[in-house]
Amino acid sequence: MKKKHGLFRLVPFLRPYGLRLALLMLLLLAGNLLSLAAPFLSGKAVDAIGIRAGEVDFPGVFLACAGMLGCYGLSSLFTGFIAARLIHISQSVSHDLRTAAFNRMSELPVDFFDTHPAGDLISRVCYDVDTVNATLSTDLLHLGTSVFTVAGSFLMLLLLSPRLTLVFFVTVPLSAALTQFQMKRLQPLYRRRSKELGALNGFADERMGCRKSIRTYGVEAADQALFEARNAAASKAYYAADRASASLGPSVNFINNASLAAISLFGALLYLAGSLSLGNLSSFVLYSRKFSGPIREAANLLGELQASAAAAERVLDLLDEAPEAADPSCSAPGSQEADAPPTLRLRGEIRFDHVTFGYDPARPVLRDFTAHIPAGSLTAVVGSTGAGKTTLVSLLLRFYQPQAGSITIDGVPINAYSRDGLRRRLALVLQDTWLFGGTIAQNIAYGTPGASRERIIEAAKAARIHRFITSLPDGYDTVLTGDGISKGQKQLLAIARCLLADADMVILDEATSSVDTETEREISLALERLRQNRTCFVIAHRLATIQEADRILVLDQGRAAESGVHAELLRAGGIYAAIYAAQFQG
Amino acid sequence: MKTILRCLRPYALRAAAGVTVKFTAAILELILPLLLAHIIDSCVPAQDLPAIWRAGGGMLFVAFGAAFCNITANRMAASVSMEMTQTLRQNLYRRTLALSQAQADRFSTASLVSRLTNDTYNVHQMYDKIQRGGVRAPMLVLGGLVLTFFQAPPLALVQLVVCSATFLSIWAVTRRGIRLYTSAQEAVDTVVRVIRENAAGVRVIKALACQGRERERFFAVSQEARRTEEAAGQAMAIAKPLSTFLLNTGLVLVLLAGAFLVNDGRLASGQIVAFLSYFAMIQTATLGIARIFTMISKGAASARRIEEVLLAPEDQPVRTGPSDGPELGMEAVSFSYLGVEKDLDSASFSLNRGETLGILGPTGAGKTTLVSLLLRLYDADSGLVWVEGRDAASLSPQNRPFGVVFQNEALLRGSVYENIAFLRDISREEAIAAARTAQIWDFLQTLPQGMDTPVDIRGANFSGGQRQRLLIARALAGNPRILVLDGADSALDYRTAAALHAAIRRDCPGVTLAVISERVASLRNADRILVLEDGVITAQGRHEALLNTCPRYRRMAELQMGGMA
Repeated sequence: MKKKHGLFRLVPFLRPYGLRLALLMLLLLAGNLLSLAAPFLSGKAVDAIGIRAGEVDFPGVFLACAGMLGCYGLSSLFTGFIAARLIHISQSVSHDLRTAAFNRMSELPVDFFDTHPAGDLISRVCYDVDTVNATLSTDLLHLGTSVFTVAGSFLMLLLLSPRLTLVFFVTVPLSAALTQFQMKRLQPLYRRRSKELGALNGFADERMGCRKSIRTYGVEAADQALFEARNAAASKAYYAADRASASLGPSVNFINNASLAAISLFGALLYLAGSLSLGNLSSFVLYSRKFSGPIREAANLLGELQASAAAAERVLDLLDEAPEAADPSCSAPGSQEADAPPTLRLRGEIRFDHVTFGYDPARPVLRDFTAHIPAGSLTAVVGSTGAGKTTLVSLLLRFYQPQAGSITIDGVPINAYSRDGLRRRLALVLQDTWLFGGTIAQNIAYGTPGASRERIIEAAKAARIHRFITSLPDGYDTVLTGDGISKGQKQLLAIARCLLADADMVILDEATSSVDTETEREISLALERLRQNRTCFVIAHRLATIQEADRILVLDQGRAAESGVHAELLRAGGIYAAIYAAQFQG
Repeated sequence: MKTILRCLRPYALRAAAGVTVKFTAAILELILPLLLAHIIDSCVPAQDLPAIWRAGGGMLFVAFGAAFCNITANRMAASVSMEMTQTLRQNLYRRTLALSQAQADRFSTASLVSRLTNDTYNVHQMYDKIQRGGVRAPMLVLGGLVLTFFQAPPLALVQLVVCSATFLSIWAVTRRGIRLYTSAQEAVDTVVRVIRENAAGVRVIKALACQGRERERFFAVSQEARRTEEAAGQAMAIAKPLSTFLLNTGLVLVLLAGAFLVNDGRLASGQIVAFLSYFAMIQTATLGIARIFTMISKGAASARRIEEVLLAPEDQPVRTGPSDGPELGMEAVSFSYLGVEKDLDSASFSLNRGETLGILGPTGAGKTTLVSLLLRLYDADSGLVWVEGRDAASLSPQNRPFGVVFQNEALLRGSVYENIAFLRDISREEAIAAARTAQIWDFLQTLPQGMDTPVDIRGANFSGGQRQRLLIARALAGNPRILVLDGADSALDYRTAAALHAAIRRDCPGVTLAVISERVASLRNADRILVLEDGVITAQGRHEALLNTCPRYRRMAELQMGGMA
């Protein structure tokens, strides 16, 4: 299906402001009528001045001038007010667009972000929205003014001399046809320009993330070359659109000027024939300039309009991305908890039943995986890297859908729970440590809104990160920016975050892999308390964590290869025994 | 603006050529009303039909010439501003890569990204607008003024005063606009940061069911961007109606003055009509200038932000230093990130070529800091850092001996091979050899596309341990003389980690190794183990020695290895 032109797709975003926009346009009409009256008055003034010395009709001149001043003053007031309101509206629309784009992003499945560079998304939310904004705030005003000025001037022209106006019946359709043709030609060029710019931004963003490595390996030159290639492509696309639109304004302008020539010619002839006064001819010329000026302006804007249409498309395409499958509605059986998760308690009995899953279905990571995790038990998952441990967690969290088999919690398929409802019942530390650019306190309380400072500090103390935090100049109010914090510290903060959560199940995916053993031992007490009466699912490499598990699940090649307690598995002399032994070899 | 303007210098000639063409077009456009006046004032009263036709034909011809020149000039302007922006962006990227880590920390990654993208775009717009209208509009104004001076000097004087007042007010408005746009761009930085954080942290955010909070957070930063941009836009929006009003007042004044002049017989009324035509032109052009200034105010704010990066001083120069030190080592090195507390305090150690350095210590003890100084990401506040026997500050950035796995490093979008080669001149065989040593080759072989398997953003289609091993392969692939692994085995199971360390020792016999690990098993064979606490090296030596002399080390070993240590 052919998609509608980008600017039309914007209409829903303009609708909330429709009434205000309409009022502004009315005001614009008034302002324009006023400014249109001015040349009429100036014609009157010229007529009052007359052509002979000493015969100037001064009262007439003064009257006309006073009228002009009044018209101009009011019209400027109007346009000033309109411009200010339009900027307000266009910024509101931009804000709406940005938040709509972002809200949609937050509903997209996790793997969207694995294939869409952040830089490109930034480009859409910043550059593309900004382009649309520019159109709405200034071009719209220009176009609105144009429409009225053109219509008004046309009326005046008709009043002054219908015959002379005939000239425009030739030139205006010509301009329109020319414009139409050019717009079609420009559209794909502007689309490409937005896309290439997004790609360049995606690259720049990614590379800023690994600046350290680029410098350490001394590959700045090679990286620069890659950047330059993309830069060249983006610049070329930019230029292609610009070059193509370069002729738009001048060619329309030419038609305009040509009509001016025709008018003076025919006007002169009409004057000679005695059917037009000199004052009227002068007014006619003024009005025709007023008539053609906006047309020319508009022609110059067409390029920008086309650019923002392309930009709007990129933002709106983001909105068209399919979000994660909707959660079951609240009325569906087994999901009464969806909207009120805190009231629900899960016992935490997890069952993986013949689960097969691969990020690429052709390459399953889990193959026919079956396991039962009793409520309240501590299960440790062990296995070589890439065995599918983290995948189990991702499936439990409903990041992905298994291709076959089912996962149930307390006997209910996890798809019957709402995503957020389910996730809120879990206290977890994921392999990805992630902090946002807020304060440390906000980061710890992330996931537990409204946690008191006391509880935050208590959690930080239990996670053995309190001392580090207080050593910072701003303590808990230190704003985290990027690199200043080690992975171990990030993990400790994530553990503090997890300790704060009120949950029924605990998932720890290599939660302490970068934490030193002593600290790990110190926080184990806190973690033990957390685990009490809760089902706990732990992925770890370190012995101390695994040994005390009620059950150890050994994953190999996507299957549950072994399972049992530490001593049993050690005796069995299988994979687990080998992994265990490796701990003592250098 | 100076630096940005310097970027333009190579294009000065072409820009000048384009401007000349634009100038020609402007002159042609000025001639049009002249011909018009000629028709109305001379030909019509003289009833000279052929002359009317000639003048009409002349107008058509001139209009055509103007259109032609305008198109050519627009194209030239587009081409020049495109190339200027390309060059500017290129220089900015180069300088951004060359920033010291301390400088990059200060700017923040999000702001650097924003400067490379949004700000260069704004500057592009500014270049373009200045060239397209920046000459034409002032030329029209100036030319209009000159012509009107010929026509009717007293009227032109009125006009001159009015135009000056207009420009002064535009200028005042713009100065304010630039300031406001600067804070608007800072708000955009925050928008950029939140999007980056959300892209990177999507799993954690979703797992914590915090999308709602992120939406609120984004709403707030977007709202702030909207507020600051609106303030800037509003400030600039005054320019147009203000100048329109001033100019129109001028028009009225001209009419009044004209009335008196005509009355005195010092002016023909046809001249007033022509004058009014010029006036309309000058007015349109002045409004054009007001619009250009709106663009400039935004572009200038961005230009300033780009300049901040371009002008950041070279704060890590290569300097000559002693070259009689150990292969790797430190002498009384102290360092502090913020200048408040010492993050590394008089660290001293030394290592011979081919030996292994192990670094152990609690979280936040300064392990990564120590390694960062070896890599000269930062310069020590005091003391000497030795790399390959030389002062680290004297190593040329081109020939660096390092292979490194950083703690929070991410893979890049591309193929496995590209990630291992990492822009270096590394053959597939070498990459495969590195992958083999890094214990990832067996796995890669099972993939249908092998080394050409695509890698998603941040390597999301690989497991944590696979990502780490790919990064290790990258570090190994350049045959580094010094290999630095900062927690590179944290996601590996012990068996793989052990195989990895054995393979590195076997395949890279001469390499000097610096390993940060929380695992005693990964360090026990090191020639020298540093135990760090609170930025201080509290003990160093071999595994066996430390077991006896350093209680902390012994405790760690016991905790990790049970009674078998």
